[in-house]
Amino acid sequence: MSLTDALDVRAGEAAHLVLRRATVLDPVAGIDSVHDVVVRNGEIAALAGPGEADTDGAEVVEAEGLHAFPAFFDPHVHLRTPGHEHKEDVETGTRAAAAGGYCGILAMANTEPPVSTAADITALREQAQAGASVPVGFLATVTKDMKGEELTEMVELREAGAVGFSDDGLPITDAGVMRRALQYQHLCGGNIALHEEDPALSREGAMHEGPVSAALGIAGIPSVSESTMVARDAALAGYEQARIHVQHLSAAESVEVVRTAKAAGVRISAEASPHHLCLTDEAVRSLDPHRAKMNPPLREERDREALIEGLRDGTIECIATDHAPHQPEEKDVPFEQAAMGVTGLETAFAALHTDLVLPGTIDLALLVERMAGGAEPFYLERPSLAPGAEANVVLCDLGAEWTVGEDGYESRSANSWCAGKTLTGRVLVTVAAGQVAYRLRSFSLGVAA
Amino acid sequence: MKHLLSIEQLSRAEIEAILDRAESFAEVGRRDIKKVPTLRGRTVVSLFYESSTRTSSSFDLAAKRLSADLVSVKAAGSSVDKGESLKDTIATLSAYDPAAIVIRHPYAGAAQMVAGWTEAAVVNAGDGKHEHPSQALLDVYTLRRRLGSLEGVRIWIVGDVLHSRVARSNLIAFDRMGAEVTVCGPPTLIPRGIEELGCEVSYSLDGVEEAEVVYALRMQKERMSESFVPSLREYAANFQIDSRRLNPRQLLMHPGPVNRGVELSGEAIDSPQSLITEQVAAGLVVRMAILYELLAGSEGQTPAGEGEAGKPTPIGTPA
Repeated sequence: MSLTDALDVRAGEAAHLVLRRATVLDPVAGIDSVHDVVVRNGEIAALAGPGEADTDGAEVVEAEGLHAFPAFFDPHVHLRTPGHEHKEDVETGTRAAAAGGYCGILAMANTEPPVSTAADITALREQAQAGASVPVGFLATVTKDMKGEELTEMVELREAGAVGFSDDGLPITDAGVMRRALQYQHLCGGNIALHEEDPALSREGAMHEGPVSAALGIAGIPSVSESTMVARDAALAGYEQARIHVQHLSAAESVEVVRTAKAAGVRISAEASPHHLCLTDEAVRSLDPHRAKMNPPLREERDREALIEGLRDGTIECIATDHAPHQPEEKDVPFEQAAMGVTGLETAFAALHTDLVLPGTIDLALLVERMAGGAEPFYLERPSLAPGAEANVVLCDLGAEWTVGEDGYESRSANSWCAGKTLTGRVLVTVAAGQVAYRLRSFSLGVAA
Repeated sequence: MKHLLSIEQLSRAEIEAILDRAESFAEVGRRDIKKVPTLRGRTVVSLFYESSTRTSSSFDLAAKRLSADLVSVKAAGSSVDKGESLKDTIATLSAYDPAAIVIRHPYAGAAQMVAGWTEAAVVNAGDGKHEHPSQALLDVYTLRRRLGSLEGVRIWIVGDVLHSRVARSNLIAFDRMGAEVTVCGPPTLIPRGIEELGCEVSYSLDGVEEAEVVYALRMQKERMSESFVPSLREYAANFQIDSRRLNPRQLLMHPGPVNRGVELSGEAIDSPQSLITEQVAAGLVVRMAILYELLAGSEGQTPAGEGEAGKPTPIGTPA
């Protein structure tokens, strides 16, 4: 399904834009050349030769030297509504997404109360239709109140518009319950996104278990607390011929489990977050709870390298931010007491471009492909720049340097893992579902004479 | 040195400067009048979020011996009980313009965060299971007095290393002073990766006879219920330091409070090799030295009442 069919967004004016002489890169569609990108009536109307597009009546963006990519898709965002609107809500979270170049996001269901009924889904969809800057899909919980005991009314939830299911924030510890959910998927459809963690192994851990946790005296979360659960659920999914999506992969062992499961034909997909791809537990030495406290925890260099290898070989098909807004009072406390999670929507592309592409660790094309890879696991069309596709475009200046947070955030929360860092590469314009969802204030659009 | 937050951040020279200062306070302690006017008119806040006997009492007494005004706050019965955040508590106490805040807190990094919120010098009196730098300094002081130097000295730290801030600070301090450190305990109580701090790891007491110093850690009873060890009996059978395991030329240390009959046998505690009471005595002079170094030392200040050659002069003696 296209993003506009499956997700909800505030209705607005369809953009009529020409991105003149943009360097267009869409690795999946096989496009890597300079074009005039014409956006009209909600779609990519044409990729014309440079300087050749008919600009009549269109807003013209002089995009020479700038890059146009398929806009990004994030399957893992915490919009915090209902219940924690002091951290984020549909409006602020989707504004943050638009500023990060996203044309679609999926919101997690671990709100207060959790999104567990059709009425919850309906209410959220109405909010999105009233105030979402980019299309949003809502996941519902797999189990009632995320207790891991009884399944939600998954058929009714799907009928109400739930894109899929997740108890994210908590694992489904009972293998029997997990198995029932996978069986039931054959009736209700929708992917099941899994937060993989065995609480019997992670216990009161607050960071990765290894030499750094040994030095800091902080209880560790061992890699096996994740990888054993990934292995369990891969086996269950294979047995039930069901589909699962593994969230925020962090450990090398988990990457290997997913790789093996894929090779065995299991319908499994996986995501990795920018912070796990850019940082290691060395960042925890600072004991800065604002930037280095999240679950799963930042792990070791060998894990980071395994995640990158997973991105390269397709074991990990998408980058997901796990955007997790928190207010200062939840972070201005000692590390072990601090809330888990960091924001990421506004910085994901720039951070990965800076830390992985510029040093040559991965190609730009791979990053662009993975940034939009989160749609397909949820039965959604991948954003594309092929003519005729729904207009989901991000225009970036890959040479622009900016300092994270210096102009504030679109998000209601400021707990960015890269706050204060200078990044190279900046989103200038985001077109989502045919509408201009974002334009950088300092970057003005000209109107053709 | 502005704060004392961890041993990790101290160089060997900085450690030695504090120990040298402590020696001069030991001399003061042998006089009839044990108080010096160094910190007269300055305020020291002691803020304890965990119960403590020897650390809090020795910091309090150290501040008094230096003539500071002391504000001693225990979390129980204070506004902390009413849900005030650490940040707000520090803002409140900072209104008294303290020269130093001595803090013990159940979580790692608390003292470091406090240092970012106040103008006062911050002394970490224990942050979670992370560090307990004043303990490590007093232990190095005690050993240096007895042995002259720690260079090449083999020290075994035995017990619940996983849950011990003392173990972490001490192994770093001993290592920095040139000692060769082995940590020893059941595998369930040795943190994965600890050897990267510069120590050997042993899961049994085999080989402890080669150590010059045996440093036993407190074994908390609640560890049994969490399956770290099957029983205190089995723990004691394998890891208790008793007169059979302790040979006459070895020194025995323990940070206290001791579980008599668990990590140490009664006779080991009371043996002439035991430095346990010397450690407590060292605690006072080392903590005086810490406060002195942070508030009156190094920066070239000449604190009131200081005599020649940096020696503190007792009150009542003409400076």
